[in-house]
Amino acid sequence: MSEDIKTFTISIYTENNIGLLNRISAIFQRRHINIESLTTSQSEIDGVNRFVIVVNVTQTNAEKIVKQIEKQVETIRAYYHTDEETIFTESCMFKIKSELLFDEPQIQNIIKESNTRIVTVNKEFFVLEKSGRRNEIEALRRDLNVFGIMQFVRSGRIAVTKEEMKITELLSAFNNQL
Amino acid sequence: METKTLNKKEVANKTQRITGCEAVVRSLIAEGVDILYGYPGGAIMPVYDELYKFQDQIHHVLTRHEQGAAHAAQGFARISGRVGVALATSGPGATNLITGIADAQIDSTPLVCITGQVASHLLGSDAFQETDIVGISTPVTKWNCQVTKSEDIPAAIAKAFYIAKSGRPGPVLVDITKDAQFGELDFNYEKCKGVRSYVPIPKTSQDAVNAAAELINNAKKPMIVWGQGVILGEAEAELKAVVEKAGIPAAWTILGASAIPSTHPLNVGMVGMHGNYGPNKLTNECDVLIAIGMRFDDRVTGDLNTYAKQAKVIHFDIDPAEINKNVQTDVAVLGNSKESLAMLAEALEAKSHDAWLKEFKDLYQIEYDTVINDDLNPTKEGLTMGEVIKQINIASEGNAAIVSDVGQHQMIACRYADFNVSKSNITSGGLGTMGFALPAAIGAKMAAPNREVVAIIGDGGFQMNIQELGTIFQQKVPVKVVVLNNEFLGMVRQWQQLFFDKRYASTEMTNPDFVTIAKGYHIEGKRVTNRKDMEAAVKEMIASKDSYFLEVCVEKEDNVFPMIPSGASVSDVRLS
Repeated sequence: MSEDIKTFTISIYTENNIGLLNRISAIFQRRHINIESLTTSQSEIDGVNRFVIVVNVTQTNAEKIVKQIEKQVETIRAYYHTDEETIFTESCMFKIKSELLFDEPQIQNIIKESNTRIVTVNKEFFVLEKSGRRNEIEALRRDLNVFGIMQFVRSGRIAVTKEEMKITELLSAFNNQL
Repeated sequence: METKTLNKKEVANKTQRITGCEAVVRSLIAEGVDILYGYPGGAIMPVYDELYKFQDQIHHVLTRHEQGAAHAAQGFARISGRVGVALATSGPGATNLITGIADAQIDSTPLVCITGQVASHLLGSDAFQETDIVGISTPVTKWNCQVTKSEDIPAAIAKAFYIAKSGRPGPVLVDITKDAQFGELDFNYEKCKGVRSYVPIPKTSQDAVNAAAELINNAKKPMIVWGQGVILGEAEAELKAVVEKAGIPAAWTILGASAIPSTHPLNVGMVGMHGNYGPNKLTNECDVLIAIGMRFDDRVTGDLNTYAKQAKVIHFDIDPAEINKNVQTDVAVLGNSKESLAMLAEALEAKSHDAWLKEFKDLYQIEYDTVINDDLNPTKEGLTMGEVIKQINIASEGNAAIVSDVGQHQMIACRYADFNVSKSNITSGGLGTMGFALPAAIGAKMAAPNREVVAIIGDGGFQMNIQELGTIFQQKVPVKVVVLNNEFLGMVRQWQQLFFDKRYASTEMTNPDFVTIAKGYHIEGKRVTNRKDMEAAVKEMIASKDSYFLEVCVEKEDNVFPMIPSGASVSDVRLS
């Protein structure tokens, strides 16, 4: 009976509300589900926020969590999708000592080959930025780590779905009711 | 001191420049609130000052503890179907509401709690009596918010009432800073008609109803288990129509009790840990299980892996999150029970299931012979809780609303109380909150002054909110309070006896003289220790026009049976 644990991307359209993040994270906390990453931003609709949450759970649990999230008054709609059903990316930044850029020519090759962007360079340090899949970012971090990294940071996943999200229709249906 | 009073016309929708605290009170009045429960304190004082001015229109009941206010508001809501309102100050006042709010959340009780908060410039500064009540109450409220601007007060309260009452009801909390209470606004109250991100009642699909009807029409052994969703949806008549047309034996959860009268021939009793033998056993023999407005709580299902596996499961619920949460459903029918059950009744064939119904009756006979007869007609010297409930049934003719606390007496009350009318079993179901009954009975009696309201409480739970005797006294609430005293935390003791080799760790109670305490609050009281006096005392209590306190000393070490041990299958329900 045991079900496979898979990576699911949960997309939530919400009203812009101060307490909602707390409410949503409590749904995961209560069930001992670790949030792998969480990103919130403005969505394609003015005044509507979008959460992108990544979790590793069974499909049954993904479904139950999404229902609990939808139950929250200020959630407009919530969905869950597998990796195959979404286009997703993460981004990361590295801060590295500037002298290494000249002392270690290998670094320049790494930057070129990995399609990494140089954000800024000054006397003390330079900053790299890259977007991509987790494994690409991890590989880049491993390669650069050999030379020494002053700071590294990676964002949560952002994702759009292949499926159409009919939020605008939902909202206009509400306006027509009133 | 002269009291400023405003008539209802003045309060009506005229835009006026008023203070935030006056807006709070006028908003409550606009929502039809005439009674609320609470306790004053620094951060809510401006609202109390307004309540003083509006006291001819809105009656504030000073409880003796904020927990009492929350439970009283719950009792008010449960017996009337209206929204209960509780008011408290910031900090400890607000946190004391939490148990009642959590209770209301798990038992789907519509509650609006309003708390005062420190002035907005002090938020986050660890000010006196500052607590993050919005953060604290988030997991136990259907919705909550903090208001820091006077002009936002009416809309916040309107939204609070709408959310509390609509769809699957629940508690909401509105936290209002003191500066918002003092500031001014142009007041023009508009009731909330909808929240765009919130769908209170999902549409009932005719296809789903048809699929459910087909399963039921072809069933040989259908069984209904209904819950509070029937009462909340005011679908008692629709349920009765379904049950009678299709001739389906129908059992109830603890919160569903009273939706169909106890005497109805197709009412086969209570399911769950201390429910009746028949419906528990036969859950695992029915071919179609029809769950209506219930949530498959673990106290109902026991071990899920052995629960109704042979049956097709149909689940009627207003809350999509309940579908497939605990039990996998074959047909889910979303929507309001009143509407969905009416649609179902249309689609059902008229039938009877006499042989199947007889299986329930046969198992009832076994339960009667081994358990019920000894509970209701004991021959031993000590009094049983069951015979007290029986006398209350007789004296009240089954018309009383029973407000029970939590523990053995609660199970006995739910098992044996006669319910002629709906909304008559008011108890803390999901949360199991000891201390619930005394304040809840106050709220229930005030909401339904024409009903007989009898609180049934254990000696443990009584002492958890015993201070509310003061509220009964001050408000002259003619509520009847029965303490079934076994000098133990009886249910815990029962578990210790059965599962912990009789190691009675911290369950024996040395109790005070309860009657003297009641008398201290000028509440008429009596203590009885034998059968003959008990019958007369119950009659006297029911006949009393005023509040009455009755302590009945019952057998110390009686157990509640039948019982499904925690984690066992419903099939393994024990009679001893």
